[in-house]
Amino acid sequence: MTFSSPAPSDEEIRTLVAPLTGLEGPLLPMLHAVQDAYGCIPDAALQVLADLLNLGRAEVHGVVSFYHDFRKVPAGRHILRICRAEACQSMGGAALADATLDRLGIGWHDTTANGAVTVEPVYCLGMCACAPAAMLDDRVVARLDDARMNRLLDEAGA
Amino acid sequence: MKIWVPMDSAARAVGADEVATAIAREAASRGIDVQIARNGTRGMIWLEPLVEVETDEGRVGFGPVAPEDAGALLDGTLDSLGLVEDLDWMRRQTRLTFARCGVTEPLDLDGYAARGGLAGLRRAAAMTPDAIVQQVTDSGLRGRGGAGFPTGIKWKTVMQARAAQKYIVCNADEGDSGTFADRMLMEGDPFTLIEGMIIAGIGVGATRGYVYLRSEYPDAIRVMNAAVQIARERGLLGPSVLDTGHQFDMEIRKGAGAYVCGEETSLLNSLEGKRGVVRAKPPLPALSGFLGQPTVVNNVISLASVPVIFERGADLYAGLGHNRSRGTVTLQIAGNARRGGLFEAGFGLSLGEVVNDIAGGTASGRPVKAVQVGGPLGAYMRPDQFDTPMGYEEFDEQGGLIGHAGLVLFDDTADMMQMARFAMEFCAVESCGKCTPCRIGAVRGVETIDRIAAGDARAVALLTDLCDTMRDGSLCALGGFTPYPVMSALRGFPDDFATRKEAAE
Repeated sequence: MTFSSPAPSDEEIRTLVAPLTGLEGPLLPMLHAVQDAYGCIPDAALQVLADLLNLGRAEVHGVVSFYHDFRKVPAGRHILRICRAEACQSMGGAALADATLDRLGIGWHDTTANGAVTVEPVYCLGMCACAPAAMLDDRVVARLDDARMNRLLDEAGA
Repeated sequence: MKIWVPMDSAARAVGADEVATAIAREAASRGIDVQIARNGTRGMIWLEPLVEVETDEGRVGFGPVAPEDAGALLDGTLDSLGLVEDLDWMRRQTRLTFARCGVTEPLDLDGYAARGGLAGLRRAAAMTPDAIVQQVTDSGLRGRGGAGFPTGIKWKTVMQARAAQKYIVCNADEGDSGTFADRMLMEGDPFTLIEGMIIAGIGVGATRGYVYLRSEYPDAIRVMNAAVQIARERGLLGPSVLDTGHQFDMEIRKGAGAYVCGEETSLLNSLEGKRGVVRAKPPLPALSGFLGQPTVVNNVISLASVPVIFERGADLYAGLGHNRSRGTVTLQIAGNARRGGLFEAGFGLSLGEVVNDIAGGTASGRPVKAVQVGGPLGAYMRPDQFDTPMGYEEFDEQGGLIGHAGLVLFDDTADMMQMARFAMEFCAVESCGKCTPCRIGAVRGVETIDRIAAGDARAVALLTDLCDTMRDGSLCALGGFTPYPVMSALRGFPDDFATRKEAAE
């Protein structure tokens, strides 16, 4: 399925980031604000932020594309981040991730057909003493096994 | 009846919120008046959710507690661990930086002050900048983020720099696997970090600070933001810190998921709103840092160790430790460990004591095969190296690094060639792209390890050569240190690199 990308007006974006203009180094906070509001960094935002901060559009694009967090199109309704780092690997994290992707029938960075869940890799959630771990939206879950992961996926409607 | 249920994200990740809800529900159904307090974690993550009941003798612990245990807990029929302070894990530690973590409610500023908080700041506020910096130098505090650079020297450089505006930047981009001390501190005792940053500000003449906090830690971001707000309302931050006439204010900034931003110069670029690519040094950030101004960039644990140095004295701090590694090390025991968690003690314990004695070996019960110390760029240490004392120089001599003092245990099922491959893959994903050895070397590294796996023995020499190039030619630690895990796996576990080749023959 295709997702409709939000197309806010220039004015809406300007209003959204206006409270942040006084910050030192405001671009990242602005990008976070835009993504929090629209689920992604819409194309329209690039020029607006460039004008506001006296940057080139390409410079803003360069920043957006550098960071893993920023996306060009919205994710599914939920984002599941599965830790791939060493501590989780030592507790079977890789097999858990494979089983999860298999169950969903998708790859890393993909979204399930019903639009419920986007799965992304993450390198460390600080749960290294209770691995393996994942994060569903803003909620971290640890000491995961297949059963707990399946409950999480059910809860997310995957 | 007062009951403590941690709100640390590791405790929440294993069900602490559900436990707190269940206790409240069961208490209501029994008509018992229960006050549920949410503390940080004591660091005994294997016991989380660790619930504590306050008694006349002290706080009695229960754990790991499941929601269905709530009734038994209230009825007094649940097996207890005894007084938490008396547990072996707690008694063996020297808790300085983490003295309050897990003990108090993180956002209770009065509780913080009642347990020694702000004493260091009050003392520092009456000292000259020179004396403050000297005190830090005398404590022997070295960067706890990994490189181990003497903090006092860094501060002195910034103090002596002349500029209209200087900054304190806290590197809270704790992206290393096996490390969680920063997160635990920020979630469990956030005012310690704020206090440390204020003292640093007074010492070097900086009036503004930033905590660059990774986006993967939403709980830490929430707690730190709330703590800064409270600190401002209570006059701890602002135009006159605790009415001392010193000015200092700070902000929490959220990163955007780039591991390389843990590198101080990448972090500064990111904070300025740029791509998080590394900067060539010189100029040092101490002279030309955030927005080109003199900037102290210190790790969370370094800054959070400052208040206790001023509260208890540099001598006490320097008196702990081993050789040139002074003070306490916050060991983070992780991965396949029977008892995983945070253990703070003077430097100098041997690696084997930590792995076998404190951690209790593996969670799987199988033999320990390797321990990766110092994050994803740290070496894999073998059991025959377990007598190495925890210390910067001692680990260096063993071809390893102590880094942030995270230890990830692996049992004998680990495939060290796959771990070496992963290190290269990780470097390829996370490289900022600025320098060629890291950007391209990591990609070629994955390919070369795949060639070894396919039975090409000549590729071993190639991998070694590639690692030399990455180590010597990379601009920062990401490319420069990736050879540590790769080469330690190759040299320390040659069988894992040979099996497939031999099978193929």
